[in-house]
Amino acid sequence: MSNRINIQKTYKLYIDGKFPRTESGRYIKWMNKDKSTIINICRGSRKDFRNAIVSARKALSGWSARTAYNRAQILYRIGEMLEGRREQFMAELILQGSSKKDAENEINQSIDCLIYYAGWADKYQQIFSRVNPVSQAYFNFTISEPTGVVSAIAPNDSSLLGLVSIISPVIAGGNTIVILASEKLPICSISFGEVLHTSDVPGGVVNILTGEKTELIEHFSTHMDVNAIIYCGENKDEQKLIETNASLNLKHVVHYKNKKWALENSHSPYHILNTQETKTTWHPIGI
Amino acid sequence: MSKKQKWEYSPALEGTDHIQLKKQYDLFINGKFTPGAEGKYFSTVNPANEEKIAEVAEANQKDINFAVESAQKAYDNTWSKMPGKERGKYIFRIARLLQERAREFSVIETIDGGKPIRESRDVDIPLASAHFFYYAGWADKLEYAFPGKQANSLGVTGQIIPWNFPLLMASWKIAPALATGNTVVLKPAETTPLTAMKLAEIIQEADLPPGVVNIVTGAGDTGKAIVNHPDIKKIAFTGSTEVGKYIMKSIAGTDKKYTLELGGKAANIIFEDASIDQAVEGIINSIFFNQGHVCCAGSRLYVQESVAEEVIQKLRNRMSSLIVGNPLDKNTDIGAINSKMQLDKIKMYVDLGKEEGGNIYQPSCSLPKKGFWHAPTIFTDVSQSNRIIQEEIFGPVLGIQTFRTVDEVIAKANNTAYGLSGGVWTDKGSKIFKVTKDIRAGVIWANTFNKFDPASPFGGYKESGVGSEGGIEGLRGYLDLA
Repeated sequence: MSNRINIQKTYKLYIDGKFPRTESGRYIKWMNKDKSTIINICRGSRKDFRNAIVSARKALSGWSARTAYNRAQILYRIGEMLEGRREQFMAELILQGSSKKDAENEINQSIDCLIYYAGWADKYQQIFSRVNPVSQAYFNFTISEPTGVVSAIAPNDSSLLGLVSIISPVIAGGNTIVILASEKLPICSISFGEVLHTSDVPGGVVNILTGEKTELIEHFSTHMDVNAIIYCGENKDEQKLIETNASLNLKHVVHYKNKKWALENSHSPYHILNTQETKTTWHPIGI
Repeated sequence: MSKKQKWEYSPALEGTDHIQLKKQYDLFINGKFTPGAEGKYFSTVNPANEEKIAEVAEANQKDINFAVESAQKAYDNTWSKMPGKERGKYIFRIARLLQERAREFSVIETIDGGKPIRESRDVDIPLASAHFFYYAGWADKLEYAFPGKQANSLGVTGQIIPWNFPLLMASWKIAPALATGNTVVLKPAETTPLTAMKLAEIIQEADLPPGVVNIVTGAGDTGKAIVNHPDIKKIAFTGSTEVGKYIMKSIAGTDKKYTLELGGKAANIIFEDASIDQAVEGIINSIFFNQGHVCCAGSRLYVQESVAEEVIQKLRNRMSSLIVGNPLDKNTDIGAINSKMQLDKIKMYVDLGKEEGGNIYQPSCSLPKKGFWHAPTIFTDVSQSNRIIQEEIFGPVLGIQTFRTVDEVIAKANNTAYGLSGGVWTDKGSKIFKVTKDIRAGVIWANTFNKFDPASPFGGYKESGVGSEGGIEGLRGYLDLA
């Protein structure tokens, strides 16, 4: 038994490949069930969100221009890094109230999710692209392209797996993302930022905020430089608010309702397609 | 050759004696033509001479309720239970009947909307029947369209279409909805309802079960009643971005699905290594096709500086040979503007372009006295921030700018809230792939423009819309993929 005093971690935000505190200086006091651990979580602000969108927009052209193979390898690398830091996530999930078995399952499934989409990153284009048999002498083909900058409200009842399940298909498809972590279970989210940070994911491709959903949902859905918004939840008022605000600039709205991310078949290449655009090109055939 | 000596084409009028039009059209609900609940009618006029062609019924909330009820019944009792193979046969029938009566439909489309007969005859009507033919074949093959998914129909779909391609838009909407097992309540635009009502006759002739397709006429309020009807599962809309946003807002929180095909301000890019004569012809087609009433029109032209003078001079020469006039004349290139309202809007923008300092050019052409007409118009000396460069005019008005480098023109092309289409002209293959990849838009034409096909998806990025129509993608918006 040593009398060494532990070093406690400061939980910050993950924006533009850096870990800043919220510019607002505000915090949310988070406690585990028996109140033995108290953590000050950043209460992210509108300004934090806007900064994150600026960095997501800046990162978009580079990330979407990466080869599919390169994106696949980076997703795989995230999986490797998560595997290596399993102990840390075990401790955090248990701190947030998971049983040891559930925590282990959640980590396994999160890693498997990353590997699943790593595998899709260089294949979904082949599933969803095509050459179209038009009735004139043209070579006509359709491909998928990333929608752009995505804002997302992560599932509230799943800490790590929910976050990973939303982020993976979005970035596999070449988009960049700003995601609001679960308000109830925020601890793993910033640690996941550390995983991303050591996985060759360029800064700005994934930005993770913590904070209050009721405060930030308005900004996530009204920002005019966001191309799509993902909402995980069942609250009718929140859904209506998001869809109403999305109409300002015709953001695509992706709504995952009652989604159980822990189920065997919960992942799908169609989730990649949810943040893809369809581009069709015509070219004459002739001399 | 002086102007006086200029050769004129003799008129080559398409005959109108073979068409059958009633004086009055009722609503088409539950397989029958039925007067509206209020008994109100409005006129549809020929924009080329301002004469009234026919009256159509105005549908109110009660009529929409009746149409949706009929569509729901048809869905529950017949259409959703019918094997895809049989559903498909009905759709094939519609395609065939349309082909057989193509000339009649072309003439009516031209009279009602003002577009040149050459376009309605060669583009609108053949493409409309081709859409029915293409989607008919999908009805019993949906399990192949989306691997790993089960394709389920939705129920009653509400469809609202514009006046620029009346029958073609009706077929873009109805054909995939029927193929996927849904039933339809469709509202044509108030200035161009006639080919939709003629299509209703064909649907009757094809013996489609009553209520599978309902066609209701009216203006904005009729459209609102469709959008807000609680039993409608999906809204498919083609029209302005403004109305598209309004629809999205109206159905927020309702779980209704939607496909929105909205406005555009496409960049058409001419590089110095393009075949210039071909490109000039392409510019003409990109902006003057259908009087410029085309959401994907190439209304912003970008010409590489080194060839700008040549391209603009050749464009002016070519414009002077365009024939503006009677849409029923087979020689006509540019027909009538669809309505007085649209003509006023175009004129407003042309005045604005001049006020903003643009340099206007219009060829000398005599416009008919009666009817709604606008000369083909180009503006040079305009800049990115000008409203005629940023906003959709939906008329035969082109803004021309120049550029030096590929990166510059891509930045300029993407500097718009829209993202529907784009064009690039160059003889260099790798440049085509670079530019078509970097333009943020759903349809890109390389060394061509304004081509359409049922097998080819069509849809916009950014504020040009949500979802695609045409091709396999066109099925997706009408299905619940489980």
